[in-house]
Amino acid sequence: MSMTITEKILAAHAGRKRVSPGELINARVDLTLGNDITAPVAVREFEKIGVAGVFDRERVALVPDHFTPNKDIKSAGQVAILREFARKHDLPNFFEVGRMGIEHCLLPEQGLVGPGDLIIGADSHTCTYGALGAFSTGVGSTDLAAAIALGEIWLKVPETIQFVFEGELQPWVGGKDLILHVIGDIGVDGARYQAMEFAGPAIENLSMDGRFTMCNMAIEAGGKNGIVAPDEKTRAFVEGRCRRPYRFYRSDPDAGYKEVRRYDASRIEPQVAFPHLPENSRPISDVGNVEIQQVVIGSCTNGRMEDLREAAMVIKGKKVHKNVRLIIFPGTQEIYLQALREGLIETLVEAGGAVSTPTCGPCLGGHMGILAAGERCVATTNRNFVGRMGHTESEVYLSNPAVAAASAVLGRIAGPMEVL
Amino acid sequence: MELKGKVWKFGADVDTDAIIPARYLNTSDPGELAKHCMEDADPGFPAKVRPGDIIVAGKNFGCGSSREHAPISIKAAGVSCVIAGTFARIFYRNAFNIGLPIFESPEAAAEVNEGEELAVDADTGVITNLTTGKQYTATPVPPFMQQIIAAGGLINYVKEKVK
Repeated sequence: MSMTITEKILAAHAGRKRVSPGELINARVDLTLGNDITAPVAVREFEKIGVAGVFDRERVALVPDHFTPNKDIKSAGQVAILREFARKHDLPNFFEVGRMGIEHCLLPEQGLVGPGDLIIGADSHTCTYGALGAFSTGVGSTDLAAAIALGEIWLKVPETIQFVFEGELQPWVGGKDLILHVIGDIGVDGARYQAMEFAGPAIENLSMDGRFTMCNMAIEAGGKNGIVAPDEKTRAFVEGRCRRPYRFYRSDPDAGYKEVRRYDASRIEPQVAFPHLPENSRPISDVGNVEIQQVVIGSCTNGRMEDLREAAMVIKGKKVHKNVRLIIFPGTQEIYLQALREGLIETLVEAGGAVSTPTCGPCLGGHMGILAAGERCVATTNRNFVGRMGHTESEVYLSNPAVAAASAVLGRIAGPMEVL
Repeated sequence: MELKGKVWKFGADVDTDAIIPARYLNTSDPGELAKHCMEDADPGFPAKVRPGDIIVAGKNFGCGSSREHAPISIKAAGVSCVIAGTFARIFYRNAFNIGLPIFESPEAAAEVNEGEELAVDADTGVITNLTTGKQYTATPVPPFMQQIIAAGGLINYVKEKVK
């Protein structure tokens, strides 16, 4: 009766002893999430259901982060819908500008998600929380509306692909590089509908921030969820932070996997994903001479403390290239404040970078750093689709924060060793 | 129910940013979204699409973000259904939830050409190319999803449940 960690969490939330891949289950939801793009539609659909209130006011999180601080009148109207809904239903977890963060950096930091949880969010990068050993997946607005009303959701139990990383990571290689390497290996639909379980010594040695980055991008391979078995690092992160009781699950040694893929982590270089799909990843040594005009460091993928520390370490004492705009987005107010205290913000501003309040802004071509036709950007974000950050004739190259910082200094895509 | 229309053909991995770019997501009004449907894949699409037309695309249609605005914009543009080799997971759920008919058929996706006329039997999943006469059968829809379709979308299904 062996199961994977994903199957165990789904079984527990469906009130079942076991579940098998392919089964449809009705599962209890520990937390729902919506943002200023997806939640207005969810609110509209929720009102049609005709229930008196939300399933649990503590478990409905609303984070206006995409077009905030409100970029225009229409965006302000969208956020107003969330604010009014939060007021009407007395929701404690509505986060205003100044007390907020990018949703997938914010919820773990605030202890709203924890190991063993089942979380759904109307944002595709909701898979981020799998780093805590939770089942977490993105859905659309109507699914969110139904979950806010019922406190449950129907799910198909996914098959699991296990990705095992042996060996030690090279310097300046982190979670971003491992996940870009995987996506390059299996393609943008290589894990479609499936659970992506990350394991092995290199994952055990990876920081929580690195694990969040990896699970965050499971969706870029089409994955339903990304997940890492919780360990002492997870415990250290959630202790004193998690607001609800949590539970550690692990895959059984003889759990059934659709496939196990093994990688030698020591052979993986920093990766750069070329336009216009995340699967176009290459090692930094194969990049060649690519001139750039903008660098974006931040987002739900790489806007955490470790990311800002790496960027600052690379850029300290140097200047941003005259042809480049460097824009930095700390993931949350708390991260911003900590980066200030550590002197990272000073380092980045002295180098000629612009530091913004937390927002999804440029990552999705919303605001705060839109690209013109013909411009190229190195970004620590998650997608490099056509037109993702602006004009359809602009280009986005995805990388880790150290590569992004080095590229900002040299005005072309470069590894950190070139500037250190 | 029979869906009938002219084919607009797209490639593989059409992402939700191409279906409805984020710069238009400061509204959720279906009529507004329809004006920009598929804009970053084909800027002329919103002007030339006619009610009943059918989108045919390759594998992994609707990959990327969870924005339900993507199927909403397609439905509001008058597109009667989408046929693709495969669909990305969140788009698949969203389409059923909002009542946009979608059909998975790698064969039809590979062989059908732009401008051809298709007739799709939404109940049986049989796709007939009226131009070439060739028939295809879409991957069967799971029974639970059929209940959602029969109810007229997820919200109606949930309404019944909470009564």
